[in-house]
Amino acid sequence: MGGIDLALSRGGIHGLAGESGSGKTMTALAVLGLLPGGMTASGSIRLADTEGPGAGSDSGFTELVGAPRGVLQGVRGRRVAMVFQDPSTSLHPQLPVGRQLTDHMRHHLGLGKPEARAKAEALLDRVRVPDARGALSKYPHQFSGGQRQRIAIAVALACDPTVLLADEPTTALDVTVQAGVLQLLRELADGGDLSILLVTHDLGVMSAVADEVTVMRQGLVVESAPRQQLFTAPRDEYTRSLLAALPGSSFEQAGEDAR
Amino acid sequence: MSERIAAERDGAVPSGGRPVLEAEGIVVEYGRRPALRAVDGVGFTVAAGEVVALVGESGCGKSSLARAIVGIEKRKAGTVRLKGDDVPTLGLRRRSSAMTGMQMVFQDPNSSLNPRRRIGDQIGDGVRAALARGDRGSDPADWLRRVGLDPAMVSRFPHEFSGGQKQRIAIARALAARPGMLVADEPISALDASTQTSVAALMRSLSVEAGAGMLFISHDLSVVRRIADRVLVMYQGRVVESGVTETVWQNPLHPYTRALLAAIPLPDGAGRLPLAPAEADRLAWLDEVPAALERTTA
Repeated sequence: MGGIDLALSRGGIHGLAGESGSGKTMTALAVLGLLPGGMTASGSIRLADTEGPGAGSDSGFTELVGAPRGVLQGVRGRRVAMVFQDPSTSLHPQLPVGRQLTDHMRHHLGLGKPEARAKAEALLDRVRVPDARGALSKYPHQFSGGQRQRIAIAVALACDPTVLLADEPTTALDVTVQAGVLQLLRELADGGDLSILLVTHDLGVMSAVADEVTVMRQGLVVESAPRQQLFTAPRDEYTRSLLAALPGSSFEQAGEDAR
Repeated sequence: MSERIAAERDGAVPSGGRPVLEAEGIVVEYGRRPALRAVDGVGFTVAAGEVVALVGESGCGKSSLARAIVGIEKRKAGTVRLKGDDVPTLGLRRRSSAMTGMQMVFQDPNSSLNPRRRIGDQIGDGVRAALARGDRGSDPADWLRRVGLDPAMVSRFPHEFSGGQKQRIAIARALAARPGMLVADEPISALDASTQTSVAALMRSLSVEAGAGMLFISHDLSVVRRIADRVLVMYQGRVVESGVTETVWQNPLHPYTRALLAAIPLPDGAGRLPLAPAEADRLAWLDEVPAALERTTA
């Protein structure tokens, strides 16, 4: 993989598309310094500071590439959080949901038990898990797939991160459930402070929620453009071929009219 | 490639021939007091060379129905006939050789392939089943070539392949038995997202080529639209809408089918969020709409 340039704007959803093995997930993992053994990231990944000296100014950035472990630990789960494809593996099956939500709040934010619990309840309300108070003492298996993914999103949001990395967050869900989760992601981004990097192969999902779309192939960026432009007037041949292969895309329609 | 598949699909009007598979009034229940009725009186037919898709959300009874069809789930009521012969429920006994004419492809190739046997040998199981039934034999290496793998790989073990390749091997094993009917339960959902479409397309072209009927179960509606001749939409154990795929897609009649199709995000770049159904809508999904069943091209 080489030479990926991405910029996430505050309150926006940036989509990362491409086929398997194109490096979408590795890009997301590099941000967190979680690349598998033997892989290293070079270049620069900068995260805007929102607190402390220099917040808001041009110099107020934390460099993540090659950052010491201590710095990364303060970033992971705290300022940059991640949601994975399969909520049944990303949640701990033997811990109640409340515990999974409050543990890292207490660690990162130094909250006391009652405060953390109150905050967890508010979070579950925000992602619209029914009966938030009761849900805190339940286990992941007691929820449906869609509810579990909502809970995983709540866990990610627990420490008020500025960036949410969502890796195929709706791929394992039914379409009717997926629609609800996409609405939730859009609302969270529209809330203002959160930027979302959405990794997905599904260009339908991309078209529904992403503001900017970057298409990757074999570890390289082939095209990066605002959503409307990428879907209606793609510049790159590869992007065009991806779109043409989809039922319901603007290109397929055009093809049928021409016939 | 997609255009070719679509053209082939639209051309293949269900042939007037005798159905390979006839299912009638199938009921599957789990537990007792109160029993959970997972499948509630479902009947359908599949003709030779036809692909019938079964769609619906998780928990609607798709898998229970598939397992009842092949006989690995006990049926509370209903009959299944394969080329006119009754399909018995399997006990501990070996399946009779006539019943190897129906093959199944499972969701997860990691658990459906034996990790300790060479893949050529496992595909050979299918070949031997075909021979035992008095059908033509074939070469495992040739099947590997047909599913798009290197024929020289027959002596490798399953762990040497990726998920998509393993599923191709499982498909080769099922087809090597020269089945008249193939039942595939979510065969692509465990695969990497971008290989899903190509494996589904491969399944269609191979089963059509072999003249086998296929029941293809999936929750991925865009794939279903692309490969299925007919579609059955299931909700809470019942078929609520069925018929020619494109007819159902263009003009869904049942409220559940409408909600399902409205929830698919379209790649048109307009930034429209798909409609998430409200809880209150779910009541209407239990309605019966007779006009939504057995829809034809019209």
